[in-house]
Amino acid sequence: MPLIWLRVAVVCYGVGLLYSLLLLSKRGNVLAKVVEPAVGLGLIFHFVSLVESTVLIGHLSLASIHYSESILAFLAMVVFFVFFVGYRTVSPGVVIFPIVFILTFASAIGQKPVTLSSPLLRSGWIFVHVVLIFTGYAGLFLSFGASLLYLVQERALKSKRPAPLLTWLPPLQTIDEICYRSLLFGFPFMTLGLIAGSVLAIDKYGPLFFYDPKILLSFTMWAVYMLLLYTRWSSGWRGRRAAFLATFAFIIALGAWAANSFSRTHRFLS
Amino acid sequence: MNFVVIGVNHQTAPVEVREQFAIPEARLAEAVKSLAAYPGIEEGMIVSTCNRVEMLARTTNGSADLQGFLRQLYGFDPEPYRKYLYEHHSRDAVRHIFRVASSLDSMIVGEPQILGQVKEAYATARAVGAVNSQLDALLTRSFAVAKRVRNETAVATSAVSIASVAVDLAKKIFGNLQGTSVYLVGAGKMCELAARHLLAHGATQIYVANRTFERAAALAKKFNGTAIPFERLYETVPNADIVISSTGAPHAIFRKEHGERFLSQRRNRPMFFIDIAVPRDIDPELNKLDGIFVYDIDDLQQVVSSHIADRRTEADRAEAIVQLEVDKFESRLQTLDVVPTIVSLQEHLETVRQAEIDRVRGRLGALSPEQELAVEALSRGIINKIMHTPITTLKSAARESSEATTVVDLVRKLFGLRDPRKPADEDATTVSAGKPGARN
Repeated sequence: MPLIWLRVAVVCYGVGLLYSLLLLSKRGNVLAKVVEPAVGLGLIFHFVSLVESTVLIGHLSLASIHYSESILAFLAMVVFFVFFVGYRTVSPGVVIFPIVFILTFASAIGQKPVTLSSPLLRSGWIFVHVVLIFTGYAGLFLSFGASLLYLVQERALKSKRPAPLLTWLPPLQTIDEICYRSLLFGFPFMTLGLIAGSVLAIDKYGPLFFYDPKILLSFTMWAVYMLLLYTRWSSGWRGRRAAFLATFAFIIALGAWAANSFSRTHRFLS
Repeated sequence: MNFVVIGVNHQTAPVEVREQFAIPEARLAEAVKSLAAYPGIEEGMIVSTCNRVEMLARTTNGSADLQGFLRQLYGFDPEPYRKYLYEHHSRDAVRHIFRVASSLDSMIVGEPQILGQVKEAYATARAVGAVNSQLDALLTRSFAVAKRVRNETAVATSAVSIASVAVDLAKKIFGNLQGTSVYLVGAGKMCELAARHLLAHGATQIYVANRTFERAAALAKKFNGTAIPFERLYETVPNADIVISSTGAPHAIFRKEHGERFLSQRRNRPMFFIDIAVPRDIDPELNKLDGIFVYDIDDLQQVVSSHIADRRTEADRAEAIVQLEVDKFESRLQTLDVVPTIVSLQEHLETVRQAEIDRVRGRLGALSPEQELAVEALSRGIINKIMHTPITTLKSAARESSEATTVVDLVRKLFGLRDPRKPADEDATTVSAGKPGARN
């Protein structure tokens, strides 16, 4: 049953994906009126799916890659909506919707989830660790999306021929605020998540846990994250330079996500 | 559809001619009154703006001597101006008024003022009782058409003046402009105009610097702003988000190195430079810096021209809407036209039926309730049968504009009906004036 709800959510997020693709292919924002309710509905179904699978398993569980992808997508969408309520603009969705769609889709097609049997996953701590990290990821994704939009809008203004197709983009200042605030929002989660993970790993593997590709990448990402905030605070970096940094952080985040297979501490197959 | 429009506008007549025809606001009410009272005219309205003077009227029988009215109103012979005057009748008049209200006939297509001006003219005409039934319906419809054009096309969305383009661009950078500050370098007219626009859209703080401090002080006072001595220009400019420059300086005042300094002082918060001076005050290199946007007068003009071109494309879509609305209005008016005739036909035959029943009742003697009902049903059945063909003919005639008048007239003549919307004596005058059964 949770899988059905998740698939309904995928369909709803598909509207968001279509919206992004249409905007990017310069067909204009034909779906502007339906995209918000559609992804909102998707979020609700997604929530229902998560709750139900938690109830079925009997506890909050991360015992599957699919499940964690689903949680990450869900959190990214929640962060998107938090900012949507504040700024009334769906435009960061242009970047967020495809990411969320891919994550949810990947999670929904898995008929037989890979069951991870490590007893560690039953611990509440690890759940806290993952949710914190994922919320941090979500903030980073949104910031990355917004910084790309910043570049597009800046280029349009500099070219002195603001294309009529870019009218859907919010003002530069708004994009900049979304960029910064989502970063600010995600940072404490990311930091606490890393601390929680480190405490757990020291407890289980001892100090050697640090020489693990996934963990190294995660800490690099955290450092870039910190650098992003630092340059912003110290010299108000935004625009091109900030976008490059955010892209860099995003790529490392993807790397860290993909590094599971090389990681000793994050391989939970028995 | 006996509508007629006569007038001059910016396309047909130069300003020297338009001012001959212009009617001052104080005299407008009186002029409209005399238009509505002119022989052959039932209702009237006059729109007089700097770009157009037009008289819209509904005539009694489709034509009226409007030239004669112009002669009476202005006290000069309009004949020499004939080539500047345009005249539209029935459908064309309806289309014309729809286009005017939708701002498709304006000098700058899509400008919003004209709708307000037409509404005012309508209010004036209503106030003196020059507008009723059909003209009222036409005007009300034209406002709805204007609204539809506005909502469904983009004729009025883009900015088409230098000042409003500047405001639009500033909004693209800073959002709603609330709390932004504006720095005027030079105290020229263009600067003032742009600043006024920005203030109207939420900018809060104005600084003015000028080589002659007194002029800066005078302009700053107008906006409740701060005048700044020219020597302190470079240290104070970083306080402003938007800089509008229009000095007569022969070389650039702001160069790339200035821009870099401003940015570091502003911790990279963006700045918008508007250069309306020729020769330019701002080195175009400044635009290459991250966070600085420079628009000179040509850039702004280019945006204006592209917006005007966009509006033209949108105007084609708007024309299609207007065409559709003209058709709709025409058929609605025609259906309205036949309804009174149908009603009076029904009333007439009902009166005849009642009278006949009353007449024979004495001879029939006492009737049982069943018999009473039978007589009622019989007589009603007969008149319904008689009415059926004329009513269907009237209804179908309403859909064919050329037939409607003839059929209505014929039915009225055959059944001896009078116009239900006019008092009996007025109707008699119309008939005696040689137009029996004239309908309105």
